[in-house]
This record gives sequence, C-alpha cells and structure tokens, in this order.
Amino acid sequence: MKSIKTWILVVLASSLLVACGQGGGGSGSKKSKTLDNTKKAGFVKCGVSQGLPGFSNADASGNWTGIDVDVCRAVAAAVLGDADKVKYTPLSAKERFTALTSGEIDVLSRNTTWTLSRDADIGLTFVGVNFYDGQGFMVRKNSGINSVNDFKDGISACTNTGTTTELNMRDFFNSKNIKYEPIAFEKADEVVQAYDAGRCDTYTTDKSGLAAQRTKLSAPDDHKVLPETISKEPLGPVVRQGDSVWEDIVRWSLNVMIEAEEYGVNSSNASSLKDSDNPAIKRLVGAEGELGAAFGLDNEWSLRIIEQVGNYGEIYKKHIADTNILPNRGPNQLWTKGGILYVPPAR
Amino acid sequence: MNFKNFKLDLSNKNKDLIPQVLTVLFIVLVIIYFTINAQNNMGNRGISFGFGFLSQESSFDITFSLIDYDGSHSYAKAFLVGLLNTILVSVIGIFFATILGVTVGISRLSQNYLISKAAEWYVEIFRNIPLILQIFFWYFAALRALPLTVDSINFYDISFLNVKGWYVPRLIWTNFSLFVYSLIAAILLIFFVSKYAKKQRDELGKQIPVFYISLGILFGLPFLTFLLGGVTLSFQIPELTQLSKTIYVYQGGVTIIPELISLALALSMYTATFIAENVRAGILGVNKGQKEAAASIGLTKGQILKLVVMPQALRIIIPPTTNQYLNLTKNSSLAAAIAYPDIVLVFAGTALMQTGRAIEIISITMLTYLSLSLSISVFMNWYNKKMAIKEK
Repeated sequence: MKSIKTWILVVLASSLLVACGQGGGGSGSKKSKTLDNTKKAGFVKCGVSQGLPGFSNADASGNWTGIDVDVCRAVAAAVLGDADKVKYTPLSAKERFTALTSGEIDVLSRNTTWTLSRDADIGLTFVGVNFYDGQGFMVRKNSGINSVNDFKDGISACTNTGTTTELNMRDFFNSKNIKYEPIAFEKADEVVQAYDAGRCDTYTTDKSGLAAQRTKLSAPDDHKVLPETISKEPLGPVVRQGDSVWEDIVRWSLNVMIEAEEYGVNSSNASSLKDSDNPAIKRLVGAEGELGAAFGLDNEWSLRIIEQVGNYGEIYKKHIADTNILPNRGPNQLWTKGGILYVPPAR
Repeated sequence: MNFKNFKLDLSNKNKDLIPQVLTVLFIVLVIIYFTINAQNNMGNRGISFGFGFLSQESSFDITFSLIDYDGSHSYAKAFLVGLLNTILVSVIGIFFATILGVTVGISRLSQNYLISKAAEWYVEIFRNIPLILQIFFWYFAALRALPLTVDSINFYDISFLNVKGWYVPRLIWTNFSLFVYSLIAAILLIFFVSKYAKKQRDELGKQIPVFYISLGILFGLPFLTFLLGGVTLSFQIPELTQLSKTIYVYQGGVTIIPELISLALALSMYTATFIAENVRAGILGVNKGQKEAAASIGLTKGQILKLVVMPQALRIIIPPTTNQYLNLTKNSSLAAAIAYPDIVLVFAGTALMQTGRAIEIISITMLTYLSLSLSISVFMNWYNKKMAIKEK
C-alpha cells in the first residue's frame, strides 16, 4: 500500500511540475527580463571564443582580454557599474547560437559574422559591428602563389567548420571555376596544425584570424596572407530576439565607445569633460540629457563605459594594433578618417 | 453502475500492475513536459520548428564522398554523405578490428613467450589510452611522418602515399553490371556447394574440399565474364600535376584521405584490444576435456580448433564482441576532431551551424546512430542464435 501511495504522490507532483513549467516559461513583460536577471545575478553572462588573440583570449591566469571581451565589459560597466562583473563562457563556433538562444549567455561577443539568415531565422538579433573583417587566404611564401588568381584545380584548403568561411570558400572557388578540396576542422588549433604539416596548400578564414593564427605556426615568417579579400565579414555582438531593451543597451554600449573616439573622449579625460562646451560630449559623459533613462539606467552609464573600458580607438590600439595582429586599422577607422566606422548619434 | 459495491481491487496481481502503469504514466508526463517546454521556449524566442530545411541547398562542399555531391545539393543529400562516410569507416574499422583482435587474442594464448608477451603489451597499452588521443596521435603523427607530394612514397609507379593522402589507380569498367551479376551467381553457387558438401559428409561421411572449390568458383566465374561477356577493366593511374612553384597534387586516381586512414587505424587498433580479450576469454572458457576428447578420436590440431573449440568459444565471444562493434560505430563520431566528414562533422556540425536548427538536426543524428546500432545488434543476435547450442 505504501509504495502505491508514494507513486500517486510522484505522479501528482510531476503533473504539478508540468503545470508550473507551462506557467513559468511564459512571455516576457514590457520591462527587460534579461536586464532584471543580470542585475539580480550581479554579472553579465558573456559568450566568447575559445581563444582568438586580439578578440577574446584568456591569459595564463584566466583573465579575458580583447575587443570582443570589451563589448561585454562595456555592458557590465553600464548596467552594473563595474566592467569586471562579467562571467565568460568560451564557446565553439558550433555551440555559440544555441548557448545564446537557450539563455546560457545573454551577450554573444565572439567574432560572429552578421548575415541575413542568422539575424532573421534563428532567433538572434545582431546589434552592430565592432570589427569589419573579410575572408582571406594564407599560403607558404615559397609556394609561388602571389594572388588568388594563381590557384588551380586540385588545390586543398583548410578551414573551420560551422563558420561562414566554408560557404564563402565554395562561392569563391565556384565563381573562379576551380575544383578544390575543402578540409574542415572543428577547432582552430587543429586547422593550424594540419596546415602546418602540409595537409593543405592554403588556410582560409577571416583575415584578422589569419593574422592571429599565423603566430601559432612553427615558422610564421614562411607564410603570408594573400592581398585579396573574398567576402564581407562584419563581426559584432549578438543578443536574443525578443528583449528590445536589452538589445538597445548592448547596441548603445558599443556605439558610445565609437562615438567617444569621434569626439576625442577617452578613459583619462572623460570625467574632466563634464563641463565641455560641446553638447554632444556633455551627453556622452552624462552631464546633459537623460539618455540612460530610456533603458532604465542612470545617466552616468556611458561615462562609466568610457572610463572603465575606453573608447574604440583605445581598445583597438591595446588589443589589435599593439599586439601586432593588424597594426593598420583599415576599414575599422572612423568615417571622419577614411574608415567606415559610423554610428548613429547618441542623443 | 453500482458505486456502493465498487471496491479497489488490491489483489496481488493489481499490486504488481499499478506501479508499472504509474511508471509509464510518469515517463510519458516527463516527455510531454519537456516537449511543451521546448515548444514554449522556441515560440518565445521566435525560433520555428520544421524539417523543411532538408530540401534546401546546402551550399557547402565536403572533402570526401561516396556519392555524387557538391554544395548545390540539398541538406538531405549532405546528411546521406555523412551517414555513408560513418558507415564506411565503421565497416573498415570493424573488419580490421576483428582480424587483429582474433589474431592477438589467439597469440596471447601462444606457447611462444615472445608472441604472448607482445600481444599482452599491445592489449595493455592500446586499451588504456583514451581513443581521442590515439586518433590525434595517428593523424598528426602520420601527417608529420609522411612526405610532401613531390617526394611521395612510390609503390611501383601505380600508387603513391604522401601527406595529402594515399593515391591509388581508378578502375574503369565496361559492362560492370555483368561482372556484378557473375559475383552474385558465384556466391549463390558456393552456398549450394557447401550445403551439398555438408549433406555428403553427414550422410556418406565423404569429405569434399569445399574451400578450394569455392575459391575456384569465386575467381573462375567472374573471370569467364572477361573472356566471354565483354567485360573489360583498365586502370587510370594518378598523375603528378604541378599547381604552382612548390604545390603539387596527384590527379586522375582515387584518393584515400589521411583522415580516413588514421581514423580507421585508431578505431581498429583500439577496439581490437577488447575483441582480443573476448577471444581469449572464449577459448579459455572451453572445457579442457573437450580438447582432450577431440584429440583422443584422432582429430588434428587444426581440426580441434575449427570443429570443437571455436564453435563453443564463439558462443562466449559473440555477445561482448557485439558491444565492441557498437562502440566502434559510436566512437567513429570522434571523427570531427580530425576533419573526417562523418555524420557528426557534416550534419550535426556544419549543417547545424548553417541552419541553426539544433533540435531537429540533433534528433535526426541521434535517431540515425540508434538505427545503426540496432541494425548491428539485430544482425549479431541473429548470428549468435545461429551459433547457439542446438539441442536435438
């Protein structure tokens, strides 16, 4: 008898569970659920790469640095007042979107290319671009290949799976009518090893990635990146679809870093610019207007980002230029200086 | 209905039944809960569910495919390519693991100290190193050890081995179907011959050399089609082509990619250790008296092994070896680490990424492995039954 009673109880409990599950999984309110949860947890849940120098890379003591990492740090500074309050989750290319849609992370800042199908089809929203990249090819210097036009039928190309790279590679070789052998690995480290061993003639991925991975080869100086760029790769942070307040916070955290560079506001002079004559600068450092209120933050949110993380120029110099990954800013220069970085005004 | 007389019947039979019904109910409810929960969450996040993507163009290429495929084909076709590659590496792995396993298993029981010790060391080393490390070892060791294309290892100018793979001649057939029919006919003929031979032996005690006759049929019949049926076979030998100053590639032959070689090697070396132990246990499990009895009626050593020991040992060997075959098949999913385009890399990897349909793709992949494993189980159970003691 006793066992039967227990069983009935178990069944009742489980049906209750079903009822709760249905109620609990309900829709989001007008306020930002993600923002509330982040404030409650006390840290921003940020998805990063498994190690790409310059973008998101952990040092020996586990500190993450890079321009992708700084997007999450900016969000933490704006929302929680402290740029260090970030919990990083390293993700493979394959895992990243599922981690975001399932709520394991709230911001995905992992050199992810913004494409229509990703933006529209799988429950994601891209909030902006923090690095304009393009796919390129690396070859051995002695190979006699100086341009993509030197590729011929039978060439073998190593790359990563689960990236836009695989698709671009096909588009490119098809357009040139070249038969090629694609060899796609799950992890970047294995691609580097296989290319290094001579398994493939060329290694293709985003140019920034090529520059970073080249340093891992046994003789980096024996290899070169071909001049051509075969695709557009706008890389930027991603959030879940359906929480527009959170989306705005992440978008404008990125935008103010770029706008701060435009107006010459940096981590060391930001607080002293509160009585600047330029209203745009005053808005950036929180001395004018009520910009933060629009997404439920105080007025100094942007000041904290600039002070604690820096403006875009500072973080580019620190992570990408000074580390010799891509010393030349190229398209990632402000529009006023010949680049294509152009953000809507923060007002 | 008279409720007054209604009593909950708690006789022993029902006492056993109720917990079972409730357990089933509980499992069903849990499944319903997970399904509804997933549906709700996907709905909230604007993710659609459906299998329509399978007919869309995949737009990615695959290194190695047994069927005609390129990126203009559908995701369903890409799935098929991955599945066939998984089956290919599993079949090759199972074949070599079995041969190696049986050899090593018998060697461990050898009277020769050197042979038995070597077999023992092999088993102890290879079964105790994680498989993924062995795969990496064979892959990167092979890549580092093999020469570049220009300095390929040359097998009599018809086959070449280098870092990009093993290049073998392509076979070019005419009237290939006739050749296949002759092979099928040969196999059927051998089947009848062996049945006839068994009958002769059982009824008249006549020994017919079945093995040599079978060999003759197997080679003779297809050979006849070359002489009479107009079947021809020629070879296209891979040729070295220069693509640029230092880049060379062999073209025209068949390429066996290094990923396949190292994966098959690692899988069979690893699984063979377990099969070897099963074989050893099986042989040791046969009563010593059986062998002595067989010897006393004048059977030779070979006959004792073939007619007395093995039929009994097989009954012990088959069930655990089935497990090893299943393990090998499932372990082949580690292929993704070294870029062998199996179902996990192609479908649960690239296709999942390109479409973002995690739930659909992972369920299809799980179902596929389940069906593969169940098929192997069914076959091995059938074989096991065939080998079981038939009480007369």
